[in-house]
Amino acid sequence: MSPVGRTYRIPLPALAAASLVLVTVALALVFFVVPNDADQGFSQRIFYFHVSIAFTAYACFAGGAWKALLHLWKRDPSADLESYVAVHQGLIFGSLVLLTGSIWARISWGHWWLWSEDQLVLFLVLFLFYAAYFMLRFSVDPGPQRANLSAVYALFGVVLIPVSFLAIRIAKHFIHPVVFTSNVSKNLPGSMLVTYCVAQAALLVLAYTLYRVELSGKRIDARLRELRLA
Amino acid sequence: MSYVADVRALARKDLLLELRARDTLPAMLLFVVATFVVFHFSLPAHSSELAASGLLWVAIVFTALLGLGRAFVPEREQHVLDGLVLAPCDRSAIWLAKAIATLAFLAVAEVVALPVFALFFHGIGTATVAAVVLADLGICAVGTFLGAMAVATRARDLLLPLLFLPLAIPIVVGGVGASVVSAPERYLGFLALYDLLFGVLCWATFEYVVAEAQ
Repeated sequence: MSPVGRTYRIPLPALAAASLVLVTVALALVFFVVPNDADQGFSQRIFYFHVSIAFTAYACFAGGAWKALLHLWKRDPSADLESYVAVHQGLIFGSLVLLTGSIWARISWGHWWLWSEDQLVLFLVLFLFYAAYFMLRFSVDPGPQRANLSAVYALFGVVLIPVSFLAIRIAKHFIHPVVFTSNVSKNLPGSMLVTYCVAQAALLVLAYTLYRVELSGKRIDARLRELRLA
Repeated sequence: MSYVADVRALARKDLLLELRARDTLPAMLLFVVATFVVFHFSLPAHSSELAASGLLWVAIVFTALLGLGRAFVPEREQHVLDGLVLAPCDRSAIWLAKAIATLAFLAVAEVVALPVFALFFHGIGTATVAAVVLADLGICAVGTFLGAMAVATRARDLLLPLLFLPLAIPIVVGGVGASVVSAPERYLGFLALYDLLFGVLCWATFEYVVAEAQ
């Protein structure tokens, strides 16, 4: 049952180098190449990172749920740890979404928090939900039961994301009759689209690198504990 | 057929236990009425009826939470769950029966709470009642499931609200929406969708919550 790593993966140093290059290129594009947005000006540039981080967080949560499903379904012995690490990365990127979203809201609308921003509110709900995941996980002793409970809760997350999104959308009709529309997502011009894609790729690779680093750290940890007990 | 019989036997056990010990229901009733009194004093004079409608949903969620926190306490104290897991019945029957029993307690609490709310604040329409019924299904399905999770942990009672409240936010949205707008159909539909999705998810995965180490 020892969580032994699989060996076919891309080596970590290559991943780290790739994420370094991609993040540098993305930053250069965001700050020096792409033109200012016609409506929002310079501050709109945070969009490239804010939206990419949000998408990356979703990808992490989805990855965590997928590994959770593999744990329950195939009894894959390494899936529990992988699911946990993916959710952990998701929570980190989710916090960054809240942070960048707040900054953007402050610059654009003058408030640090806006209940009319679907994405922000959804990430607040998800933040609470996945923070409870950690409370759950750390109050059960390591073992098959902890793996099962964490996996089931991670699966709840993928159902909660669309349901909450829908709930926040329909809640607007009685909480905020006036809907803000940020016109950044509508028909991006070419250079903006390229910049967004590069930033998105950079963050996905970065998240995967961090995931792999944390995973290998956790595996060494587990192995060390095993050896100490042996 | 035997699945139905299992569920009926298990739910009957919980209802009988409550009928004899009266642990949960009086507490829920007292709690919900006390909550209304607190709400009366926390709402400033001349605040709108809409605010009170919103608070009704807060009261329902927290009253349900009180009942759900107690749901698996007898199982834990008497180690009933070990026996139930060994019993030759589908494990999801344990969840379904417990959810039905909790639903019964919550329904009784609300049969008292809604008229009291109407007496203290303002009248309640049929849309609100329909929303309460639909919300109860979701609350009991998800809450019972999470209650079973929480008793398996060290933190126990502490953990249930943390697990439950983020999942209850969509219920509150649907419920409040149905109580305050003039065309509540979409909110009722949303609540029904929530019940369906999470009901199926709980039913399918409950086995793993109570499964012992394999």
